[in-house]
Amino acid sequence: MNRKTLAALGLAIGLAMPAAAEEITVGLMLPFSGVYAALGNDIEAGFALGLETFGDRTDATFTIIREDTEASPPVALGKARKLIMQDRADVLTGIVSSAVLGAVRDIVHSSGVPLIVANAGNDEATGEACSPFITRMSFSNGQVNRPMGRWMAEQGIGKVFTLAPDYAAGRQMIGAFADSFTEAGGEIVGQAFTPFGKTQDFGPYLAEARASGADAVYVFYAGGEAVSFVRQYDSFGMKDALPLYGSGFLTSALYVDAQGEAAQDVVTALHYVPTIDNPENDAFVAAFREKTGRVPSEYAVHGYDAARALVEASATGAADRAALADALRQVSFEGPRGALSIDPATNNIVQPIYVYRTIAGETGMTQEVLAQTPAEADPVNGCDMAPLIN
Amino acid sequence: MPDPGFWTLQALNALQLSMLLFLLSIGLTVIFGLMHFVNLAHGSLYAVGAYVAASAAAVGGYWAGFFLAPVAVAGLGILLYSGLIRRMRRSGPMAQVLVTFGLIFALLDLSRLIWGDLALSIELPALLAGRTALLGIEYPTYRLFIIGLGLAIIAALAFVLGRTQIGAMIRAGVDNDAMAACLGINVERLFFIVFCVGCALAGLAGAVAAPLLSVTPDMGLQILIPTLIVIVIGGLGSLKGAVAGSLIYGFVQTFGAVLAPQLASVLIYALLAAVLVIKPVGLFPAKG
Repeated sequence: MNRKTLAALGLAIGLAMPAAAEEITVGLMLPFSGVYAALGNDIEAGFALGLETFGDRTDATFTIIREDTEASPPVALGKARKLIMQDRADVLTGIVSSAVLGAVRDIVHSSGVPLIVANAGNDEATGEACSPFITRMSFSNGQVNRPMGRWMAEQGIGKVFTLAPDYAAGRQMIGAFADSFTEAGGEIVGQAFTPFGKTQDFGPYLAEARASGADAVYVFYAGGEAVSFVRQYDSFGMKDALPLYGSGFLTSALYVDAQGEAAQDVVTALHYVPTIDNPENDAFVAAFREKTGRVPSEYAVHGYDAARALVEASATGAADRAALADALRQVSFEGPRGALSIDPATNNIVQPIYVYRTIAGETGMTQEVLAQTPAEADPVNGCDMAPLIN
Repeated sequence: MPDPGFWTLQALNALQLSMLLFLLSIGLTVIFGLMHFVNLAHGSLYAVGAYVAASAAAVGGYWAGFFLAPVAVAGLGILLYSGLIRRMRRSGPMAQVLVTFGLIFALLDLSRLIWGDLALSIELPALLAGRTALLGIEYPTYRLFIIGLGLAIIAALAFVLGRTQIGAMIRAGVDNDAMAACLGINVERLFFIVFCVGCALAGLAGAVAAPLLSVTPDMGLQILIPTLIVIVIGGLGSLKGAVAGSLIYGFVQTFGAVLAPQLASVLIYALLAAVLVIKPVGLFPAKG
């Protein structure tokens, strides 16, 4: 065989081969231990299902490196450094705690690695501290609560007492609700912020809410506190005289069964509930159920949509850090939550919010969607975003 | 200004919280006083009690959990005692603190492995669900049950410690264990009994708290600090101290939350500091 034939053969092989599949290294940063472990597991299950479902839409293959961030900013920062510098991750995703997001924000921004936030809702992350490399596929604290202020005012509720744990998320959630509620003509007759993580007995605050002369109570609690709160609210028999409203995390599908009958008729608002009626959600709920035996929570859908956003971004041909970051900012699709897009001014997700009532179903508690409020972009909140490259 | 019913309600809330803390702190304080043993894992035993109660209640209803949890936790206490604590008896407080502090995390992750990360809870039996009219207000029956149970256990412990032979032996042991041993009291066996009863009470507290609060892996850590505050304020080793400390904590916490919400989380620590400055041994220490 002479040199020419060899070269021709080589060329032929080269042409016959499909374009070399890109391999994208994904750093999955979630709490697999500590107080948020349940959330981390749900997000991971959703993320895996998302890659499985949509993975064939792109030629790229994904290598997942999972790291346990716990609920600890310093631990997460160490893990982020490792993923970025040692593993040379092309994209990071995950992040449950807002404190963790705050801790890794600067290294993500300065190293130019795209980060798809799959939970942390701190308003500042897509406000003052926004970055072209940080795209949020979950929610922001203000976004989830703002529509509820208007909706409750429309229902003729005039006076509200609010309760939340005393930390950033609690303040932001209640703040957004109170602003839109008073703007719509309502009145906040009292507020209490309970010491975060230290309040086991809500009795004193419940008595205060009852004595405030309010028509309704609006609260934000999540996790163990949410379970305690809803049960205690019910045990004092307050639901009849003083209906309970809140941010939808209060009665999340993840733990509503631990609240049981006590959560009956609580009305809350969230960006996802498992009973949203659309074909994407039906398919998602069925697939998630088959895989895990559970109903998906809002956390699971964050993971699922984060995976889908990643697939859609890489399907545009983006494979390196900068191109992926740019493509992620332009993702939009119809998902289980309805039509999603990314606000180019803040990189926060734009999505509809669902007002739902918790009711007893055939197998435990379930959700009845009362209203779907239209998607609206968050206020820019001091975000000075770099424009898109293409 | 809220009506008198509001204050009655808050007083009952305070009393209820006090009783729950009492169930935990009495075991810890007597173990502390009698054995000079710093058992930081006491809060974890409470969490295990709550989990055992939740599991048992899922099968056999509330009362199954209520009775099984103290027994199971006492059993765990026996394991801990023979496996760990007996060896650590003479190794000084720093080693004990480190070992039992490590135990907290071991038990925390163990309960996470067994029962998962999600919050659990217990449904109340019909007898204790609902509300009871009392002093012009409606108060949850279950909270009244906790108050009643706490008072009953205070009475029982006061009787045992003050009026029975074993109570006298325990008091002697707390006062001066070497002298008590010289007088022919088997102090080591006494320790063992007291430790088991303390663990059982922690388990009972967990079972009682489970329907009221949510059962989460970190509940033991959450309750540990309040329990330690109760003991430090009340004074080590005495029933009177545990009762007084619990009441002070319950009332300061509850009325602090109502009257000075901004200070609610600091108030009890300020009080703790004041007690440490003015009376470092606590209000009612066992040893004069």
